Formats: sequence, C-alpha cells, structure tokens
Amino acid sequence: MTSNGLVASTRAEMLRLRKWPAVWVTVGSWLALSLMFGYAFNYVSYTSGSNGFSNEGTTKAMLLAEMMPANVPDVFVQGMPMFGGALMMVLGAIVAGNGYGWGTWKTVFTQGPSRHSVVGGSLIALTVFVIGILVVTMAFDLVCALAIAGVESQSVVWPSFGSVASSFGAGFLVLEMWTLAGFLLGTVARGPALSVGLGLVWALVIENLLRGVGVLLDPVESFTHVLPGTAAGSLIGAIVGVSDGGDGTPGVLDAISGTQATWTVAAYVVVLPLVAAWLVRRRDVT
Amino acid sequence: MNENVVNTSELTKRYGDRLAVDRVSMNVRRGEVYGFLGPNGAGKTTTLRMMLGLIRPTSGSATVLGQPAGGPAVTARIGALIEGPGFYPYMSGLDNLRVMTRYRGLPESAATAALVRVDLADRGADKFKSYSLGMKQRLGVASALMGEPELIILDEPTNGLDPAGMADMRALIVALAEGGQSVLLSSHLLDEVQEICDRVGVINQGRLLRESTVADLRGSAHITLTARPLDAALAVAMEAAGEDGCRLVGEQVELDLPESAAPGLVRDLVAAGIDVHSIGSSERSLEDVFFEMTTTHEMESLS
Repeated sequence: MTSNGLVASTRAEMLRLRKWPAVWVTVGSWLALSLMFGYAFNYVSYTSGSNGFSNEGTTKAMLLAEMMPANVPDVFVQGMPMFGGALMMVLGAIVAGNGYGWGTWKTVFTQGPSRHSVVGGSLIALTVFVIGILVVTMAFDLVCALAIAGVESQSVVWPSFGSVASSFGAGFLVLEMWTLAGFLLGTVARGPALSVGLGLVWALVIENLLRGVGVLLDPVESFTHVLPGTAAGSLIGAIVGVSDGGDGTPGVLDAISGTQATWTVAAYVVVLPLVAAWLVRRRDVT
Repeated sequence: MNENVVNTSELTKRYGDRLAVDRVSMNVRRGEVYGFLGPNGAGKTTTLRMMLGLIRPTSGSATVLGQPAGGPAVTARIGALIEGPGFYPYMSGLDNLRVMTRYRGLPESAATAALVRVDLADRGADKFKSYSLGMKQRLGVASALMGEPELIILDEPTNGLDPAGMADMRALIVALAEGGQSVLLSSHLLDEVQEICDRVGVINQGRLLRESTVADLRGSAHITLTARPLDAALAVAMEAAGEDGCRLVGEQVELDLPESAAPGLVRDLVAAGIDVHSIGSSERSLEDVFFEMTTTHEMESLS
C-alpha cells in the first residue's frame, strides 16, 4: 500500500460515492428519522399534550427540556444504536457488495493501486461520509433545538463543549463500527442483498434475542457483552443515561460500562477493516 | 525489437477437478498485436486474469513488462478490459472514466479524450446503465486506453458491436500498435484475428496448442492439379516443386507452390504432352487451421 495509491483511491471513491443516489437516500433517511424521533414527535406531543410511545411517562416540562439546545448531545446519539447503526451498515454493505455484481472492483483492481490501497481508499471515503453525517446531524439538531427554544420563548443554554465532544466521539465510533461491519459483510457475501439482510437480522433481531436468553444463562450473557450491538448500545447508554425501568430508547443499554463499551467498539473499528482488507487481498477476483 | 512484454511459464489454474488453464507458456512481443484465439470456455479469460493479478495461478508464473504479474507498478502500465466492462451504472460514461483517471493518477481531461477516441463523446453525459452493449464495450476500451499504457489487454473487445463498430475497433487496435503500444487481444472471431494480429496463440481446453505468426499458422498456398497421365504429371510436378513439395492426393497432385507458379507449370505439362484437366490455387484460412487443430486435440484427448 503506497500513500499515492491510497490518496488516488480515496479521491476516486469520494467521487463515485458523491454521485451515488443510494448513498444520499441512506444519509437522508438517517437525518429524517433522527429529526423525527428527536424533535418532531416530541414537539407535536408537547404542543398537543398527548403521550406517545416515544415520550411515555414524561411530563411536559421534561419533554421541553429534552428538546432544548443543552440536550442536543443526547438527542444527537440516541437513535444511533438502533436505526443509525442499521442504516450505516446498509451503506457499508452496498459500497462493498455492489462492486462485485457490477464488476467495478475488477475494473478498479486493474487500474494500478494495490488492493490494500483500494480498500483503504474506500474505507477512508466512507469515514469522511460518516464524519460528514455527524456534523450535519449535529447542525440540524442544534437548529431544531434553537428553533423550538425560540418558538417556546425559552432561554438558550448551550451544551458544554465536553458533552458535545464526547457525544461526537461516541457517535463516530458507533456509526463507523456499523459502517465497517457492513463493508465486511458486503465483502464476505460479494453482493449487497445477502449482506444487508443478514446484517440487519443480526443487529435488530439476533442480538436482542441473545440478550433475552442471557438474562437466564450466564455464559450467553457474557457472550453478548462482546457483541457489537451491546457494546454500541452501552456506549450510547453511558452518555444519555438509561432509566431503571428499561423502557427508554430502543437499543440504548447499560449492559456493560461506558469504558468497556468504548474499548469494545474501538476494537471492532480496528479489527473489521483489517479482516476486510485481508479478505480482499487474498481472494481471486472472478 | 523482440523484447517480450508478456512471458508466461507453465501457467496453470485449477478449480477443483477442472483444469481451466493447463501449463500455458506464451510470449507477447513489444509493439505487436497478439491474438489469443480459442472457443468460449477455452481458458482465454482465466489466463488474462492471471496476467493482471486478478487471480492467482495454481502453479507456473507470468511476467508482464519485466516484472511479476499483478504488482501495482506493473498494473499501472497496463490498460485492460476483461470479460465485459464493469462500471458504475448510476454514473455517466464520462464520470465513470473520471473515477478511473483518479485511480490511475491521470488528469481528468484524459477521460474526455478517451471518449472521443471510441466515438462516445456525444453520449458521455448519459448514464452507463442506459448504454447499449456495444457502447458499454466501447467505454471499457476507452478506459483501457487512458494514460497511453505500454500494454493493452482486451478480452473480446468487439463483443456486442455492430459491423461498423467492429471495423472501427479493429482500425483503432491497428493504430495503437502502429503508435508503439503492444496489444494482447483475445477473441473467438477468426476473421478478426486474421485481419489485425501479427501473431496468434491458439488455446483450447486450457492448453496452448500453437503460437506463431498468422502466415505460418495458415501455411503457404499450394497448387492443386488434375492431369493425365498421372505418373507423367507427377514427374513434371516434382521437377517444379521438388520431391518433398509434391503429394498425390487421390487423383490430384498437390504442389507447395504459390499461385504465380501456375502458368509455368502448365507450360511444362503441355510441353511434356500431358493433358491438363484442371489447375487451381488454394490457401487455408485461419478457420481451417483452427478447426483442424482443435479437432485433432479433442480426438487425442478422447483416445
């Protein structure tokens, strides 16, 4: 892997991702869902006075406080363990998987850069998109919170830099991990359909089921503690806090400590791309 | 200039029990158009993929442009279109080429120039998925030409092209060789290879049956003669073509002589009081040679 090859691959991959409508649909879906569950539903129930599943058991004052600028760091990350991660996994899987069906990896591997450079370039480009998504989401959340504060004549209290930074860091780790998991799945399956399907079933169903079984069986519980969903949920849980009743935001957990969760997610962020690169390097391209 | 741009040595690829490429040793010389000829499934594409490092050989080796095949430094000096063009369907032809210029570290203007060379400039802004098979193929060739690579490997480049497109493609390939680039072209179209290639390698069932110039492969032209009395005619023929250059095929005499020797031969025959019933010249096409070669090979493998 040379730096020239890596830079060339990153530039090429940035161009083709930027031009791909599927990427923008995925990014747009995350933004829409995040704003809907973070602000739209809460604001509607706040103004209409009705309680929905997303604000059950909270008073109007609490609802308003949740939508204020000071609470942006929490709102920013709360959707990530569930649909944020799932959407990013779809993004990673289509970026890696579609190239096999289209024959574009074959074309790219005959252009000059080594396979490691190509995979590295693709992952850097995806990481740039993940960071971009985080920045835009944070900006949208702030705009929504400021607008609501303005409309409801509330004084603006800005979130602390520390809380914004830790939310941003945790959000990056979680979304990056799921993106890389999707990329690895797309590489393993050499296609988008199977990888997206398996990935979503794993993230949304299997891990939940295993955590359920883990309540009864200790070895299963220990096993769930190293799984990506549990780690991501616990990392976000350590930031937003998890109520004892357990009826909080879906996917947000307190199964393991924040520190352990951070290290587990970070380990996935390191290991997943290495496995993907190793696999791409050693396999024949047919 | 007889420097080789491609050397393979006993190159072999096995998939389970199936031997896709069986000890292929071939050489492509600098500046020539080399035709890699064989029926579908003969092992052409697998061999080319090994030359590009897309697949690993089971045994044997390939050296391309003086270095082991598949290294980034070598691949950057090759332009390739392997088994159909692989591009992003959601992007225009031009944008697809722009992506490839970025991978190759070329200025983006190379993309526009390449589109012009394959006559796709007016459709460059259209999405790749809207292209016809022939247009997709031309885009693949355009991508292979970018950056003036020393070696251009084209796998069945005229697939899906209409007759005019095929003629244009052949002219383009000949022009590339005239400009000093070496072209390795695989094809199952014998006319195509006969028309534009300097040398050919014939592959069937994974084995390279023959590698030589097109002219050598076809052999020299010969004269077929029917004359009476036969033994006297044969004696005259032997004087003209030599003992080894003369054969009796049924009631006819076959002489290894060019067509230009026919008038002199007839004069000699008539002077010797021989009746000439018919005389003609025939030249084997590459197709005859190819079928002869592949059929013999199949018969051998059956027995």
